[in-house]
Amino acid sequence: MKPTAKQVRFVLKPALFVAALLPLAWMLLRVFEFAGPGLGANPIEAIQDFFGIWALRFLLITLTMSPLRMLIKQPWPLAFRRMLGLYAFFYCALHFLTWLILDQSLNADAIVEDIIKRPFITIGVIALMLLIPLAVTSTSNWQRRLGKNWKKLHRLTYAISILAVWHYYWQVKLDTIDALVYAVILTALLGLRLLNRKAAGKKTK
Amino acid sequence: MLIKKNSNEPRPSEITSEKIYRERRDLLRSLGYVGAAALLGNTACAKTETPNTNTAAALDMGNLIKSPYSTDETPNSYADITEYNNYYEFGTGKEDPALNSGNFKPRPWNVVVDGEAEITGSFTLEDILAPHALEERIYRLRCVEAWSMVVPWVGIPLGDILKRFKPTSSAKYVSFETIVRPEEMPGVNRPILNWPYREGLTMAEAMHPLSILAVGVYGKELPNQNGAPLRLVVPWKYGFKSIKSIVRISFTEQQPYTSWSASAPNEYGFYANVNPEVDHPRWSQARERKIGEGLFAPKHETLMFNGYAEEVAGLYSDLDLRRNF
Repeated sequence: MKPTAKQVRFVLKPALFVAALLPLAWMLLRVFEFAGPGLGANPIEAIQDFFGIWALRFLLITLTMSPLRMLIKQPWPLAFRRMLGLYAFFYCALHFLTWLILDQSLNADAIVEDIIKRPFITIGVIALMLLIPLAVTSTSNWQRRLGKNWKKLHRLTYAISILAVWHYYWQVKLDTIDALVYAVILTALLGLRLLNRKAAGKKTK
Repeated sequence: MLIKKNSNEPRPSEITSEKIYRERRDLLRSLGYVGAAALLGNTACAKTETPNTNTAAALDMGNLIKSPYSTDETPNSYADITEYNNYYEFGTGKEDPALNSGNFKPRPWNVVVDGEAEITGSFTLEDILAPHALEERIYRLRCVEAWSMVVPWVGIPLGDILKRFKPTSSAKYVSFETIVRPEEMPGVNRPILNWPYREGLTMAEAMHPLSILAVGVYGKELPNQNGAPLRLVVPWKYGFKSIKSIVRISFTEQQPYTSWSASAPNEYGFYANVNPEVDHPRWSQARERKIGEGLFAPKHETLMFNGYAEEVAGLYSDLDLRRNF
């Protein structure tokens, strides 16, 4: 499979744009009871968890593009990284807004106290904060302006993903199996990069 | 008609349809027909009995005694109460117990009573319940995860049942055990908790009038996912203390093993009294999400002892509740 630049730009990217909105569309359908199973007895928890897990998934999918490129030895997967990364930020923001508005009712004291006193929330907020400069500098303009430093800045994705998985793991009451599966996937995605760097010598990519 | 009618056979109009047949039996049951087995076993026996396999008796919930211990808050819907549960023996998702407990058979049911008591043995559920009148107890239930519901239980004061077994002066605690049935409970195949699920109370807590053994909810027998056929409800403690599907009650001298505390001793204690001033190590206990309120409803301030401070605070006047969480 070898899509042309035109196909990437006019077919695959728009398709991905729409596809990545499907989780949000699905949740809206359920919230307004147009379709799908109800949100259950604790709808706020269901919405918050849904956006959080999709933020994590998009982070990991973003991290899959580079190994995919290495595997198939073609550059086109990299073209989707920006969109995927921005969607990770998008769902992360929705997850955070659900927490602020629906869960915490914009109670500033409670919010600040939770961010300071609950470590799993602290690292979640840090992960979101780190995503902001990445989202802002995601454009080609910024890529040009920052030059070599752009790549270094965007390597924060690794730290953000580790914090995200850790945030998920740390808030689980007891059954950590899902969080551990994500941890294994993340380890594999980061591990592949390490192996690749070793194999290629100390070449700056 | 080609077939000659035999005058001894009933006419089609005289045969009761199965639907009506069953409805009549349900009506009889609700009017008070309890079944012969419940009239037996008025006193507990001193030696171990072989379990009675009588499955006929249904519980009469027609004339529930209203209790002054009931709250006047509106109970949560039956759907919320029966579809949002923590019962890891059936899976760790909140909807798993409702989805996965269909094969669980709460009858016939036997409870072993043992330990520091004059009267011990194995008793049928009917033996346990027979001498007691069923009460309606509308209680708040507060989960350690910081959500809560109001549940209209049907049950009996635990103390009234325990007294029948004549616990000795060595009995300082009561311990409870949940059944383990791998064939009917898919979750027990994972050692997520150290099965069987076990919980315990001090004697004083067990004898307190608020503590009940529940057999029903909303005037009906407990669904499997809510701990059928017999569970504990201790409303001033976090929900995990209210152990479900009890098969064993033991009077002990030492503080008993409690499953959540064993799995994470720094997070779950023996007492587990609802206390907004003592946080869970990873999350706050100061506020709770009341299930059943709308999407924009704010959380509520958690009350000391889940709002039962007047009734139970006296039990803990000498106890440091931060150390003994």
